[in-house]
Amino acid sequence: MSTETVREYLTEEEEDRIGLHTQEMILNMGPSHPATHGTVKFTLRLEGETIRDLDPDIGYLHRGFEKMCENATYTHAFPYTDRLNYCSPFINNVGYALAVEKLLGIEITERCKYVRTIISELHRISDHLTCLAATSLELGAFTVFLYGVQSREEIYVLTEEICGARLTVSYVRIGGLTDDLPESFADHWKLVKRRLDKNLYDIDKLIGRNRIFIDRMQNTGILDTETAISYGCTGPFLRACGVEYDVRDAAPYLVYDRLDWTMPTGTRGDNWDRFLIRLAEIEQSISMIDQCIEQMPEGPVRIDDWRVVLPPKDEVYNSIEAMMAHFKLIMEGLKVPPGEVYSYTEGANGELGFFIVSDGSGKPSRVHVRPPCYHLVAALPEIMRGKLIQDLVPTFDTINMIGGEIDR
Amino acid sequence: MTAQVVEALVHAAIKFAILVPGFVLALAALMSWIERRQSAMIQDRVGPNRASIGGVRAWGLFHIIADTLKFALKENIVPRGSNPLLFRLAPFMAMAPALIVFAVMPVGPTNRWVVSNLDVGILFIFAIGSLSVYGATIAGWSSNNNFSLLGALRVSAQMISYEVSLALNLVGVFMVFGSINLQTIIEGQGALLGGVLPKWGIVVQPVAFFLFLAASIAETKRTPFDAPEGEPELVSGYFTEYSGLALATWFLTEFAAVIMVAMMATAVFFGGWQIPWLPPTPALVATWWFQIACVMAFFAKTLFFVWVQMQLRWTLLRMRYDQIMTMGWKYILPISLANVLVTGLFLLLTR
Repeated sequence: MSTETVREYLTEEEEDRIGLHTQEMILNMGPSHPATHGTVKFTLRLEGETIRDLDPDIGYLHRGFEKMCENATYTHAFPYTDRLNYCSPFINNVGYALAVEKLLGIEITERCKYVRTIISELHRISDHLTCLAATSLELGAFTVFLYGVQSREEIYVLTEEICGARLTVSYVRIGGLTDDLPESFADHWKLVKRRLDKNLYDIDKLIGRNRIFIDRMQNTGILDTETAISYGCTGPFLRACGVEYDVRDAAPYLVYDRLDWTMPTGTRGDNWDRFLIRLAEIEQSISMIDQCIEQMPEGPVRIDDWRVVLPPKDEVYNSIEAMMAHFKLIMEGLKVPPGEVYSYTEGANGELGFFIVSDGSGKPSRVHVRPPCYHLVAALPEIMRGKLIQDLVPTFDTINMIGGEIDR
Repeated sequence: MTAQVVEALVHAAIKFAILVPGFVLALAALMSWIERRQSAMIQDRVGPNRASIGGVRAWGLFHIIADTLKFALKENIVPRGSNPLLFRLAPFMAMAPALIVFAVMPVGPTNRWVVSNLDVGILFIFAIGSLSVYGATIAGWSSNNNFSLLGALRVSAQMISYEVSLALNLVGVFMVFGSINLQTIIEGQGALLGGVLPKWGIVVQPVAFFLFLAASIAETKRTPFDAPEGEPELVSGYFTEYSGLALATWFLTEFAAVIMVAMMATAVFFGGWQIPWLPPTPALVATWWFQIACVMAFFAKTLFFVWVQMQLRWTLLRMRYDQIMTMGWKYILPISLANVLVTGLFLLLTR
């Protein structure tokens, strides 16, 4: 299997005493392995069933996101951000747009803020559903997986209605959105919500009180609070440790400070807590979307500044100013004042940060992403050392590593 | 003398040939369809329904043929660095014991309906059935794959552990019916308790039945006890490296084990071929229609338990390896010992 040298873990005297020659086993899990979805390789050093050490090897999905951004205008980066966390592309879109807008120093319209909140929460639900479904699947609950994925599919259909794409959405623009929400959105959302409620109820009935499932999740994959903070863990992972940190609450952006919501936290920091927190967050997100639809004012979804957003088409064809603005935006990109900015939003797995350096031209000088699961995967060896190989499966699932985001 | 021996052998061979390929293997093939179709119903899916012959789809039944053809047309890959002889031999070492055990299973009232009515019936099943573990262990070891090796270690530990509880669970039944001959046990279940309730194994030994079901599902290595082939971490466990018909052999072995569990549950706990409230008087047993009805009853009960096991497999989740061991040694084994004790005391006091 591996060419690495194997450390013998018993001394020679001990081996003589039990009369057996023993050595550690090196097991290469992945990159193509049922448990390592998202394409990662674990090099495990096993002593029987116990993990002595674990070395996560990331980078199999590297596409050069950050370098690509340097060679594209600020607007052209949106399709790249879709492919970061492919379970919740809207959140990436919004996070990137907020970063550039912070650097530009512009204020977006009220309606746009609400729409961005709605789509973020919509994809938070879809991301959490994916995570819950995958966790259940790997513990043997194939039925729960299909129920979860069915709900996610309905959210994809809704996404398609919003922007015409299921996954590669590219819906958000700097200074606004490509378009307003469709008129049928509120009705369609009601339908999705009803089906989602039913599926969540079924899922809860199937595994919520299942002894085997609880035994597999409870007291496995525990990380204590100090270590979690020192590794930079955020999101449901950190909240499972009992830390009340959520970017939506700590540094409210968009309209999160106007919504009535609670932050679910855990106590033990184990897989079961993370699972329950995700379930609770789905419910919170549903309620947030309902509140947003209620509060949402009428009005434009794009700011009225032709240096940032494209002018309307009939203006482009009929006035020289709009024509010029269109040309400049397309050929040179929108001009962002020189400087650097770090803007952070709450992704489904934790703090999703964008660090952008601008040199005043139409293209970013440097773009860096802080993917939430990078820090979680870094903490994985800490969690798994000395634990059983089978505990790796639910732990890796509740971490919810997304290859597109971590490898960029 | 020699002629008699030859005649007995020929009879046994014919009966075995009818029972095993005719019923067990046919049902095992059908189970590949049942499993996919039943799980599809649970999960709001359509399931396999595409294979057709001349436009006739028959609820996807032709998938059995399609699957077999697909397996047969694949290459039997023997991985480099493996032990080719043992690697090829292992599936048969697992399959042969799984099929041989059917020889002592009485499917009908008289000796005509059992291949070999051994006095040590159940012990024969345990003795031969436990040989299956060699096939799985050797398969895992000879594959030269660390995933297979871990699977093999798990399978050997799990099967040996549960063999103990499995046998102990049935001791209570032996004590009640005073025999380990399967035919005698089934005949003993024909009586009525208080003239109302059939004296089936589940009535006189309810605890033993549930423990037996748990332990025997662990023996078949299916969910919730499928840690040896635990897909997320060990890919496919001890048969990771198998392909083509060799892989199909592993599936058939698993399904044969499921049928064996169903037949054991039927024979020991659900009256075997007994039709409830229809005591098999000698006059009745002599008639051919009653015998046929009994055989049908036996197969119907067997199918019911196959269905139960499928339902369990698609409802429950996978346990962790150490939890399986804990359950076997710390819960099932002591409870079955206590069951033996209580049964013994009860028999002693009521004698």
